[in-house]
Amino acid sequence: MSIGGQNEHSYDVAIIGAGIMGASTALFLARGGMSCALIDRRGVCSEASGVNAGTLTMQMTRAALIPYALKAWEMWGQPETWLGSDPGVTLCDGLSLAFSDPEIEILEQRAQARRQYGADIEVISPKRAKQIEPGLSDHPLAAAYCKTDGHVTANRTGLAFRAALKQENVHLFENMQVDAVAQIAGGFSVVSKLQPINARRVVLAGGVWLEEMLGWLGVKVPIKTLINQLAITERMPPAMCTVIGIANGLLSLKQFANGTVLIGGGWQGEGDRETRHTELVPENLIGNAQLACHAIPALMHTRLVRAWSGFEAETEDAMPIVGEVPGVEDAFVIGSAHSGYTSGPYMGKILAQRILGQTPEMSLFDPQRLVVNT
Amino acid sequence: MNDRPELLVLGAGPAGIGAALAATKSDVKTTIVDRAPDGGGQVYRSPIVPQTTSGEEGNRLRQALADSPVETVFDCRLWSIRRDFRIDGIDSRGARTWHPKKIVAALGTTERVIPFPGWTTPGVYGLAATTILLKSQLTLPGKNTVVAGSGPLLAAVAYGIIAGGGKVAAIIDIAGRGEWLASAPALISRPGDLRRGLNWLNRIRQAKVPIIYRHAVKAVRESEQGLEIIAEPVDRYGHGLANGKTTSISSDSLSIGNGLTPATELTRLMGAKHRFDANAGGWIPSLDGGQRTTVDGLYAAGDGTGITGADASFLEGQIAGHTVAYDLDRLDRAEYNRLISPLAADLKRVSRAGRRMAKMMAPRPGQISTIAADTIVCRCEDITRAEIDAAIDSGASDINQLKSWTRCGMGPCQGKTCGDVVASLVAARCGGREKVGSWSPRIPLTALTMDELAGDFTYETIPIPKAAPL
Repeated sequence: MSIGGQNEHSYDVAIIGAGIMGASTALFLARGGMSCALIDRRGVCSEASGVNAGTLTMQMTRAALIPYALKAWEMWGQPETWLGSDPGVTLCDGLSLAFSDPEIEILEQRAQARRQYGADIEVISPKRAKQIEPGLSDHPLAAAYCKTDGHVTANRTGLAFRAALKQENVHLFENMQVDAVAQIAGGFSVVSKLQPINARRVVLAGGVWLEEMLGWLGVKVPIKTLINQLAITERMPPAMCTVIGIANGLLSLKQFANGTVLIGGGWQGEGDRETRHTELVPENLIGNAQLACHAIPALMHTRLVRAWSGFEAETEDAMPIVGEVPGVEDAFVIGSAHSGYTSGPYMGKILAQRILGQTPEMSLFDPQRLVVNT
Repeated sequence: MNDRPELLVLGAGPAGIGAALAATKSDVKTTIVDRAPDGGGQVYRSPIVPQTTSGEEGNRLRQALADSPVETVFDCRLWSIRRDFRIDGIDSRGARTWHPKKIVAALGTTERVIPFPGWTTPGVYGLAATTILLKSQLTLPGKNTVVAGSGPLLAAVAYGIIAGGGKVAAIIDIAGRGEWLASAPALISRPGDLRRGLNWLNRIRQAKVPIIYRHAVKAVRESEQGLEIIAEPVDRYGHGLANGKTTSISSDSLSIGNGLTPATELTRLMGAKHRFDANAGGWIPSLDGGQRTTVDGLYAAGDGTGITGADASFLEGQIAGHTVAYDLDRLDRAEYNRLISPLAADLKRVSRAGRRMAKMMAPRPGQISTIAADTIVCRCEDITRAEIDAAIDSGASDINQLKSWTRCGMGPCQGKTCGDVVASLVAARCGGREKVGSWSPRIPLTALTMDELAGDFTYETIPIPKAAPL
């Protein structure tokens, strides 16, 4: 179906960026009956969406985003209902640990704040925490316990999305570098070295590269770049069964079904989104490993086989940017959600509702607030 | 320990030692690091037969290194390198960090074994791995070994087994006798190598070892006696012959290898430009005549820059060491040229033989295209050819996407074992080796246990960053 109808190559929507935000938006738009072109410099979920820690936690989600994350958590729990196949979802308990008295205070404050937004988090004793997670060390003084937690093998996200997108007849343009988006009569023209792709509407879903992409439409929104380091162990015997974090958020630990343990939490690497080159900071890898061993001592004797990093986007107020591009009719933007991987499918769903002319189930995150005047 | 040497040489094989010796001749403060307990690299590990030439050469290199002002750091595993020239390693004393001005990467190779049914059976060894077993562990792979694959290591390993008191059941060589004869002219430039090779062949002949030319191992099965090795006749491209009669050989071990691939994780992490050259063993860093990579201050030498063998590696290393000295203004242009010219001339002569041997080792297309669907390709993660093909069918078009979707290359070896073969499999369907790329290089360069990495710490000493926003 083509509403645009200027020529046979015109789509209802062109979505630029095939990460979890763009891919989810495309999926729900296609299900809503729109013809979609999904374009990416690399492949589906090849950047942050394919290399992140895959945590489905409420405890590291920003408090005000909990309602969205809860909706998304339900989606992740039944991927066959919207994604078609299971990229490797495990729902399990989550524990956020405090190793000192000030951390207990932080834990309680944060649990309280998130409870207000609907996350069922209670602060429990170390003894109870150890019943829930026998792999724990004797170091925690308290833990925040949430049953709404879990993880996905993020590296397989692209595989699952790609199949679903194909199924919905979304036209995929992979390995296609977009240089600009131009406004033309009746819509937009996506400019690249290949032939232009025309569409009535455009969705910018470029993660940390959104600042440059919004610039194509003359809109200035600063986007910060976080460079999150991650590492993974070899396969090891069962060492833990929950998702483990710490009070201030700087740890994320989980063991996948294959026995590997993923170590993350947002320790920063170095790099540059323009060149896309990143480098790991050895001290931060070491510190992250120390913290992991401090929480789960069985990790001490396993081998760390690989470490890497991924870009995370953050807006000025560290809240998402999801909605209309200010001043440009039929242009939309989606990205920069904290815990964006967790919430991504739901964010895509509600933006698609808006583009399809429906009232989104939950309110979007107006980009206007982030625009700076040049 | 000097953590700010002018030159840090990574790898103490012939290339690394050559670089360190040459640089120190011009008073460049040099440190050399290797994970082995002593210098010499894989090629000159302390051999089982002390009287071989290889032993003398290795000892000579080790002695020269010991007599030089080069600071040596052995038993040290490098795990991180950054583009700001920070290198991290771990040795028995704990963490080591260097900030050198210049780096020579001389990291040698990884062995390639093209998968076949049964290649992960206990008793099946890599050909190069067997040389380590023989030279370093003074251990035979078994009582009765089939030696198979390609290149000069076949004769070296068979000879090593015989000289060590073992029995070689047969040599299965993918090359035809004619290819070896055709290689002879290239070897004449290396009379020492030629003599050594003929000596090996002589001993092999005396031991009445059958040599089965133009055959490849089709499968290995476990039997009551040990292993049953099935060999089949192949054409010069490695394709099994239609109606070819297979040969079955009983043994308790198989030593098999299909050449070597340059180890380039480190030069790729550093961002040096690389190019693909099948006859050199795979991806190699692009170098100028002074062994400079495209990264300022990073040099590379030896088999890690293309397979040419120990003698060429030693020469390349020396050229790299002199170039470092020149770039640090320790030599003027004339002195540098005077030092380099004879080395370059020798290198030209010696590499002819080295390249010919590399070509004899290079995989043949049929060997890879005929890997069966149910054969395991990534042995760390048990990924079969069929799973690789299925991922390509699902849209994986480069080897990193393939890695993400299948876990191929994600195990403890980090794809060092299967990488070259996997890339060839993907390349055959997705537009060539250049297009499908290579695994993104990752640290740690070698797997470390978490407690090695963590070192001594208490909770209070962990540098936990500030909290994320609520």
